[in-house]
Amino acid sequence: MHDVVIRTQELSKHFGAFVAVDKISFDVPAGEIFGFLGANGAGKTTAMRMLSGLSRPTSGAATVAGFDVFTQPEEIKRTIGYMSQKFSLYEDLTVRENITFFGGIYGLSDSAIKEKSDLLIEQLGLQGEVKKLVGSLPLGWKQKLAFSVAMIHDPKIVFLDEPTGGVDPLTRRQFWELIYAAADRGVTIFVTTHYMDEAEYCHRVSIMVDGAIKALDTPRDLKQTYQAPTMDAVFYHLARGAQRSAD
Amino acid sequence: MRTLLFLLRKEFRQIFRNVTILRMILLMPVMQLLILPNAANFEVKNITVCIVDHDHSVGSQRLVTSITASGYFKLALATPSYRDAMQLIEADKADLILEIPNGFDRNLVRDNKQTLFIAVNAINGVKANLGAAYLNTIITQYNAQLRTQWIQPTRFGPVSQIEISALNKFNPYLNYKVYMVPGIMAFLVTMVAAYLSALNIVKEKESGTIEQINVTPIRKYQFILGKLIPFWVLGLVVFTIGLLVMRFVYGIVPEGSVFLLYGFAVVYIFSVLGMGLLVSTYAETQQQAMFVAFFFIMIFIMLGGLFTSIDSMPAWAQVITRFNPVRYFIEVMRMVVIRGSTFDDIKMHFLAVIGMGIVLNGWAVLNYRKTS
Repeated sequence: MHDVVIRTQELSKHFGAFVAVDKISFDVPAGEIFGFLGANGAGKTTAMRMLSGLSRPTSGAATVAGFDVFTQPEEIKRTIGYMSQKFSLYEDLTVRENITFFGGIYGLSDSAIKEKSDLLIEQLGLQGEVKKLVGSLPLGWKQKLAFSVAMIHDPKIVFLDEPTGGVDPLTRRQFWELIYAAADRGVTIFVTTHYMDEAEYCHRVSIMVDGAIKALDTPRDLKQTYQAPTMDAVFYHLARGAQRSAD
Repeated sequence: MRTLLFLLRKEFRQIFRNVTILRMILLMPVMQLLILPNAANFEVKNITVCIVDHDHSVGSQRLVTSITASGYFKLALATPSYRDAMQLIEADKADLILEIPNGFDRNLVRDNKQTLFIAVNAINGVKANLGAAYLNTIITQYNAQLRTQWIQPTRFGPVSQIEISALNKFNPYLNYKVYMVPGIMAFLVTMVAAYLSALNIVKEKESGTIEQINVTPIRKYQFILGKLIPFWVLGLVVFTIGLLVMRFVYGIVPEGSVFLLYGFAVVYIFSVLGMGLLVSTYAETQQQAMFVAFFFIMIFIMLGGLFTSIDSMPAWAQVITRFNPVRYFIEVMRMVVIRGSTFDDIKMHFLAVIGMGIVLNGWAVLNYRKTS
């Protein structure tokens, strides 16, 4: 068994009276693709933001790569990659400029940046677009580029918040190939998604309803437990009881 | 240090890629400096005077000529009666009525005494007061001319006279442009620095890129410096353009040291950028940032002494102006450019602006959180 790289115990986040994340507890071992499912507004993004050091939890405990989310958010940031729901590269910079910039602020050396950029551009097949502004690329390419930029400093853990939202099926498949390749290198992947077929790709899946984790297991065991033929049916079965309206 | 270089390179790339903003930054100061000082000044000109001349004599004609020759007055349609003239005032077509009584010339010669009547449209108080005062001066001068013509100089004048000779120090020809141009430059630098810095960070909030930055191990001070320095440079560019326009268009050569001006500009821009940054840490959208920045800049400019002299403001307003960085810059600009003040004269201004810079920037840094 691998080491545990993410561990949460009764982790909660309150916004005033609103409980966005309600006492979630789970462990994620190194190298796992951990799927985080839930309806809109279930608290997935908030949970992920707490784990990546962007949002301070209200109570509970959590460690990421051995660092405490309360006291060591900056250490966490050094060891993780993060790709937000909103596309977040600079649209008015070119492909290469974006890679160089993020490589630079993660402290990569000039030669490492050069090497990484060439490798990334080749992997993504962006040779012809190197000098184009990122804003002019199709969404699917942007997302793949954002993923690669989030991985530029070889993080141990990468958080992906709905990375394939709005992307065509072909690009989604390519995206998952990138994810698998990273997992094969031993990177832990923490991914949220709406697509149930993607849930099948994960090693383990947790389903969040109204801020709490309702189920956590491998896709196969989940289907067995709930006597459902597909993950879609499992999700429907659990999310049906949600009180919060989607936002 | 290396991180900062990457940040700066990114900021400058983005600035140079945004051609519209760049053009604004370069053209706006030139346009404003060409237009504002010529249009917005305190001189009251083009006062419309309606002369009701009941005398139609050589003397009354000479008086009218000396009024129009002064350059401050325009003649309204001549009216035969005071009542007709009042109608012009009511229609806002005249600002002043000067009534010259019948027998003006004759009585002046015979009785050595004559009464003129001036009525003023006081809706625009400044124009009315100044107009009446100008008219008084012209009539007094006209009177003095007549006296010297008629009365043979005697050893002792019949009336002892005190003549006042005034000397206008620092701006001998009372050229308003000399007063306005340095003030408008202060205003321009403020606009560029405060707006651009406020909008820049909020733009990153809106596009979500700030989240990507916040999740990197970048330090707060690095990020803030990365935002400060580019706009610092831009502010100084605008200031330089302003100095060039001042020198080559208006021919105003600073009496004091240009280095001192730059020294103050460096400190001043730092403090105004702090205000922009502070606004951006609170605002969530560019609209919010724009409105809040506009609100403060408006107050700062109005209470900055550009148009209304701070000495004539009520005491409570004067207290407010002490916390207004724009006020200090406008004062320093006028002091150094017009009067040739030295560092010693403006050291309190330096202190005040540095103090505000530290407070505003410190507040902004504290309020900017990588982890919310």
